[in-house]
Amino acid sequence: MRRRNLQLDAQGRLRHLLTIEGLKRQQIVDILDTAESFIGVGDQPVRKIPLLRGKTVVNLFFEASTRTLTTFELAAKRLSADVLKININTSATVKGESLLDMLRNLEAMHCDMFVVRHGDSGAAHLIAQHVAPHISVVNAGDGRHAHPTQALLDMFTIRQQKGEFAPLTVAIVGDILHSRVARSQIHALTTLGVSELRVVAPRTLVPEAVSGLGVHVFHDLHEGLRDADVVIMLRLQKERMQGAMLPSEHEYFHTFGLTEDSLAVAKPDAIVMHPGPINRCVEISSEVADGPQSVILQQVSNGIAVRMAVMSMVLGRAPVDEEAR
Amino acid sequence: MRLSILNGRVIDPVNGVDRVADLFVVKGRIAALGNAPEGFVADRSIDASGQLVCPGLVDLRARLREPGQETKATIASETRAAAAGGITTLVSPPDTDPVVDNPAVVDLIRHRAAQAGFARVLSLGALTQGLTGKTLAEMYALKTAGCIGVSNGDRAVSNTEVMRRAMEYAATQSLPVFLRAEDPWLAEGGCAHEGAVSVRLGLPGIPEAAETIAVARDLQLIEQTGVHAHFCGLSSVRAVKMIARARFDGLPVTVDVSAHQLFLTEMDIGYFDSQCHVRPPLRTQRDRDGLRQALADGTISAVCSDHQPHDVDAKLAPFPASEPGISGLETLLPLTLRTKAC
Repeated sequence: MRRRNLQLDAQGRLRHLLTIEGLKRQQIVDILDTAESFIGVGDQPVRKIPLLRGKTVVNLFFEASTRTLTTFELAAKRLSADVLKININTSATVKGESLLDMLRNLEAMHCDMFVVRHGDSGAAHLIAQHVAPHISVVNAGDGRHAHPTQALLDMFTIRQQKGEFAPLTVAIVGDILHSRVARSQIHALTTLGVSELRVVAPRTLVPEAVSGLGVHVFHDLHEGLRDADVVIMLRLQKERMQGAMLPSEHEYFHTFGLTEDSLAVAKPDAIVMHPGPINRCVEISSEVADGPQSVILQQVSNGIAVRMAVMSMVLGRAPVDEEAR
Repeated sequence: MRLSILNGRVIDPVNGVDRVADLFVVKGRIAALGNAPEGFVADRSIDASGQLVCPGLVDLRARLREPGQETKATIASETRAAAAGGITTLVSPPDTDPVVDNPAVVDLIRHRAAQAGFARVLSLGALTQGLTGKTLAEMYALKTAGCIGVSNGDRAVSNTEVMRRAMEYAATQSLPVFLRAEDPWLAEGGCAHEGAVSVRLGLPGIPEAAETIAVARDLQLIEQTGVHAHFCGLSSVRAVKMIARARFDGLPVTVDVSAHQLFLTEMDIGYFDSQCHVRPPLRTQRDRDGLRQALADGTISAVCSDHQPHDVDAKLAPFPASEPGISGLETLLPLTLRTKAC
């Protein structure tokens, strides 16, 4: 039950992708390299390669999503897999028992991969613990825990723009507390070895213990952005205004929103990233989001190649490990 | 049936006995300690060399799930487990369904326990009606029905005025109040200690302050009302130190610890092991060591199982959605003995 590296098989290869935590630097680089090889596929007249022909991928989304769901679907189709999409009404209380019951049913239909998004941290791990040995699980976001493919596509975009990770100063700005994207980015960036990793947010949105993950915490936007090479903005959920997290969107934008003025303290060639969907004039101004330093749309298109890489590596393993479980 | 238990280390705290001695039992009752009664011929004899011989244990907090959640457990099943673990007296919190806020439920629990015949079950009555924290329960009636104390179970009394009056009234009825210290606002939505592990796993946290703030408030009210109070299952060393200071200042409060808190920490959650989803949450190694220290120095006066049996499905869910609680009746004695070795 509590196997440490649930996501690796007996040979140390990716069997599931649940979190970036625990992946070796070389494993991340391999995924990025594989994604690189898929980058032209969408531009060719026939946009398909037959790597996963005959395989069935099920997108199990317990939470709403446009970008992630669509790019996973496209990625699977470009690899020639059959794709099944199951949207589970999020308003219905989906308990663990029905969750596992549903998996049993899908297993009985001979699926090969579950791409899972769920509102509870640890959902992907739970599913990976209980699926049949021939099935792989890819985490498409679980609660506040992890969103590994998002982090990988962000790494891909950074590498595409900047080449090397070692000299970079990266600032992640926004709601760190509730963000699965931030957690996965932090693991990826510390593993790839950036020069400095900062998180920037008001104290209400950064848990104190986050510095244990190897980041420097800033509570002032200008200090946090100074001389940064990469600025990653996080989405601010509207719900945060209802509780005691923040007084208003207006005040947040004024103090932590990315504008041309605040971006000016970063390096002149700094790139601006955002996992989407963007709240314009809440965390980022339109001038910056649509400006020359923004690589937000590149992130989206890179998402397809990176997800193709993950799926093909996870499902395309030589079948030597089946007895290992 | 006459039974002799020979050469065991007999521990009887009530009578201040702790020595190697022989024990003689006639028809299920202890007839003599030390020398055999005149004319005693054993039908059966047990050599207890190197073993402990002690009275049945008392567990101050064990959920039996009956009435209300019989799919998880019953009074019969859990008292049987208790007897197997050497526990002969159990204290059952009032958060059953229906709640123990009227004599009928007290009678039902006692009756079912007597029917099963494995262990004695003592009920805690509700502190407030329906445990809703709004109006006082009929404590006189509950005491008359046999409740040994009152408690609001795991549900907080967030209204300080109600808590004050409940303590005053319990003091009037000479009923001890069993307190589970947790600030409901700070704990809301949480499922793990707010710290390194919850941040890494993205689990909603319960800060240590949820416990210390509730302890601070309740200590003030205990001092003011003069009620006899007992804190249940504290999880943080800071809260236990507050109790130690209050005791040093002369306040007669007592505190217990759940056995699992002496052995497990937040690190044991690993990658979302829902077996380690408990309330209050497993805290840091520093807390665990501090709790052991407080047990050794007498600040903590009891270890309990905090037994919370579940059906299988309760734990087969993503960590935050799984139900908190751990089964502990059969491991209470072995774990408690192991604390001596730690």
